[in-house]
Amino acid sequence: MITRQRLAAGVCALLAALTAGIAFPAGAVADEPDGQAAPKVELVLDVSGSMRTRDIDGGSRMAAAKQAFNEVLDATPEEVQLGIRTLGADYRGDDRKTGCKDTAQLYPVGPLDRTEAKTAVATLAPTGWTPIGPALQKAATDLEGGDGTRRIVLISDGEDTCQPLDPCEVAREIAAKGIGLTIDTLGLVPDAKTRDQLSCIADATGGTYTSVQHKEELTDRVGQLVDRAADPVVTPVATEGADDCAKAPALKSGLYTDREEFGRQRWYRVDVEPGQELRASVSVADDRAVNPDYGLLLRAVTVHGREIVRGEAAGTGRTDVISTGLRYPRPESDDESAPAETVCLQVTNSFSAAAGVKTSPGLPLELTVDVVDGPDKAGDVAAFGLGRGWWLLGVLVLVGFLAGLVWGWLSRWRVAVWRTN
Amino acid sequence: MRITRVLGAALLALGLAAAPAAADSSPSASPSGDSGAPTRAGTSFRTATEIEQGQRATADASTGDYLYWSFAADAGRRPTVHATVKLPEQHATQTWQIDVYDGLRRRQACQYGAQTRTAAQGAASVELACVLRTVRAWSEPWADDPLPGTYYVRLTVVGLQASDLGLPVNAEVEVGSKDIGGAAAVDGSLAQPLVPGVAVKSRQDGSGSANGEGGSKKAAVLSSIEPDGGWSSGWWSDRWVWTGIGAVLAALAGIGGYALTRGSGRPSRVPPGV
Repeated sequence: MITRQRLAAGVCALLAALTAGIAFPAGAVADEPDGQAAPKVELVLDVSGSMRTRDIDGGSRMAAAKQAFNEVLDATPEEVQLGIRTLGADYRGDDRKTGCKDTAQLYPVGPLDRTEAKTAVATLAPTGWTPIGPALQKAATDLEGGDGTRRIVLISDGEDTCQPLDPCEVAREIAAKGIGLTIDTLGLVPDAKTRDQLSCIADATGGTYTSVQHKEELTDRVGQLVDRAADPVVTPVATEGADDCAKAPALKSGLYTDREEFGRQRWYRVDVEPGQELRASVSVADDRAVNPDYGLLLRAVTVHGREIVRGEAAGTGRTDVISTGLRYPRPESDDESAPAETVCLQVTNSFSAAAGVKTSPGLPLELTVDVVDGPDKAGDVAAFGLGRGWWLLGVLVLVGFLAGLVWGWLSRWRVAVWRTN
Repeated sequence: MRITRVLGAALLALGLAAAPAAADSSPSASPSGDSGAPTRAGTSFRTATEIEQGQRATADASTGDYLYWSFAADAGRRPTVHATVKLPEQHATQTWQIDVYDGLRRRQACQYGAQTRTAAQGAASVELACVLRTVRAWSEPWADDPLPGTYYVRLTVVGLQASDLGLPVNAEVEVGSKDIGGAAAVDGSLAQPLVPGVAVKSRQDGSGSANGEGGSKKAAVLSSIEPDGGWSSGWWSDRWVWTGIGAVLAALAGIGGYALTRGSGRPSRVPPGV
């Protein structure tokens, strides 16, 4: 009896031990956002004459903007370096040339002194032209330096009055610098031309466009955008892919950014040791008007041109990016000194643009490379080759029964033979 | 008699072993009061807001924004993404869509659910859903099966009148998952889950300033999410229970078969009841 209990207890303990022991805590994730470079934000406010119009909750557009600025300045996170730039604030005249240069820094980008900034905002009065393009160029210069995220929040109530410098082109050029600058736009008037222009600026830099009709919307949105700038974000490293593998830049694990023109290839190289796994993903953003059918191909190719694995994506309709990825586990090698294999990554896209759309600079490309240790392997379809289901039980019972029968007959036969002897 | 008792005890033990498996199958999505649920969304893969399964994340946004969230999904589970978009009072016909991408930014197919839905003019809200395939512990590099790791949800309007661009909307997203159990237990496991930037992160954790390339200063990571209780090591499945019970039943059947050949123990020529 006692032995039996011990046996049962032993079986219980063994199985309990087997069934527990799965959930050991995974490695600590200790990544505090310290040492992160300060994020920089510049609010660019249109102070052109049209801001006098009283159509936002009964007040003038200017009053709504001022109130929004005051509230946003109060709520700006400590770490954000905030600046304010105006456009059309000073020149009253009719001279287009002078009016289109009228942009000034109201409050320099840096640690925020709330009182000073508010005082500066209070002095603003709607005045002149709407030179959006030049203001964006200057704002981009204001935000230069540092590794933090950069964001321009443009608030305007009308389209640019300083053609032929297209503010949308300006935005694209700023984005092409690869400094990770995002432009968010807020339109105070829902008219088609303003909307098209402001949404084009936003799209070119991966920003957002908002159409504002009420005071609270303006405050909430500007506050949200400033908060967004404060989120710690991995800053990609600018790289330049080559036209073929031989000249391609060698990449390590990390996040990279590049530009790829329509119909061109980009090549990169990654070294993979035996027993390591290469993971690569790539996104190509359409920052301008493109045709609605597009695709993306990422191939991992050996130096001799043999394709190892590919990732492909295709899409249709409205999108911000198209992305795909691949992974390539390199098997363990018996040879300790086996060299690292150079894997060439080829990126091609099949975006196309209608005639008249600028093709240069290329579309923004984002590449993530991860080389992790330990390849995975599997020897069976099912986990550990174990079985499952009623068929399995049926087969086991049948085979067990037959085995018992055969064993029984055998032993009877042996006893009979022994007796006769 | 003794044998049957021992076997009974063994069966009981197996039953006990199976109990945790049954406990596993309750949805991990523990609706957690929503106090800490995120109230914003990212605008790209890089800035995606991390949400936990079972949380109802909300975000105020503008029509035309691309909203990104990310969540962790582990092997053996089938994630489902639900999204509700509250539309402004006046708007034209709009088509909304959710797309789910895995840790390699590969688009993942929805088995069923209204992934794309068109809201009629003036409709108050639109609801979307996407039921993914079951996440497998391992698959071949050439397949695009869902693997344990980070998943991205992108919510956006794909068809709209230009006049609706930039209007305020409110989006809600909730991710849940269903335990599929041993039926989806495949052999093998990934060395590391498909979490973007995992190589950079482990290098920072492990070596600190050893590589001295200044990367250790950068603390922001591409993705830092993990399921409740960490990633499963992937060795447990109810296949152990099935196989174990099968072995016990086979042994019993074997004993039965053996006993059959021995008769009842009385000589066959002695009539019963004597």
